[in-house]
Amino acid sequence: MNVVKVGMADLNVARSPDKIRTIGLGSCVGITLYDHVAKIGGMAHIMLPSASLVKEGLNPAKFADTAIPVLIDRLVRMGVDRRRLIAKIAGGAQMFPFAGASDIMRIGPRNVEACKQALKNAGIPLHAEDTGGNWGRTLEMDCMTGKLEVKSFNRGVKLI
Amino acid sequence: MKRTKNIFGELQLDVLREIGNIGSGHATTALAQLTGKPIEMMAPTARILDFNEVANLAGGPEAVVVTVYLRVIGDLKGSMFFTLSDDLAKQLLETLLASSPVENKFSEMEISALNEIGNILIGSYLSALVDLTQLNAQPSVPSLAVDMAGAILSIGLIELSQTSDFAIAIDTSFLDGQKALEGHFFFMPDPHSIEKVFTSLGVPFDECS
Repeated sequence: MNVVKVGMADLNVARSPDKIRTIGLGSCVGITLYDHVAKIGGMAHIMLPSASLVKEGLNPAKFADTAIPVLIDRLVRMGVDRRRLIAKIAGGAQMFPFAGASDIMRIGPRNVEACKQALKNAGIPLHAEDTGGNWGRTLEMDCMTGKLEVKSFNRGVKLI
Repeated sequence: MKRTKNIFGELQLDVLREIGNIGSGHATTALAQLTGKPIEMMAPTARILDFNEVANLAGGPEAVVVTVYLRVIGDLKGSMFFTLSDDLAKQLLETLLASSPVENKFSEMEISALNEIGNILIGSYLSALVDLTQLNAQPSVPSLAVDMAGAILSIGLIELSQTSDFAIAIDTSFLDGQKALEGHFFFMPDPHSIEKVFTSLGVPFDECS
């Protein structure tokens, strides 16, 4: 069993019995897609809602609206049936509660909304989420089961 | 304008290190005055880092750190972090408030004290920069978090991530004389602000591509 790592603004795929993990998510959102028959899953760690926010979209894994289609393509090439894919998301915290918060400070909730919209556009059902709050999260999906473990400092471990 | 990792030469990085040196020097003096203890400052580093390398500066993405964060706004924009270990945070609170948090649960008073410490230190860092560059810059209200370094420092990357895939980080570590209690100051200027800093200091700046 290996643990496949996903960095910030990165995405990757794995098959059973491997796990796939991303660590220290704050306002970023981790998205997992999973096919329970093929037992193959993918994860993206996005930072921003939309590639249209920037003048040059350098890295598609950085944005909710571009990461999800790329992740689906990668999974389909590994042999999943995209009609079986289900999604889970976690993260999107607001780490620092500033008074008079700018758009950047509210980026967590905006990332969550953008992920939901992108999943909807791709026709993938969202089965679970653990989003919001003001704490960081580490995610690990088990490709054997599709269970997503969400670990936080001071808040224990949650399986979604 | 495409920004790549070799955007700066050695001269520019030297200038950024010197900025870190002056800013952190002031902040470290303020910290020593607050605690009444000798605080040792390491030589600052200025680096161009991939996003994933940034959290490694503070001990790795999952390392739990006590961090005061504020945004710098004005001509000079960027994010500033004052990051310290649990132990150092507790020691500061013992010195200043004669109180000791239980298992990383800081009380309102303790949070407020740490915020104020961060505010003073980051403020003295920033005022040194303003004096040096004659640029206009104001700090936002400071905010405190105790959490994973990756989750905290990524906030400083969000703004940058709209225009580039790397961050400029000026990092200074400091140690309390006797024990290996660590803390860091990070200054992550927004890319456009760096050009203003160089211009104000008369440093040649030819962007490589």
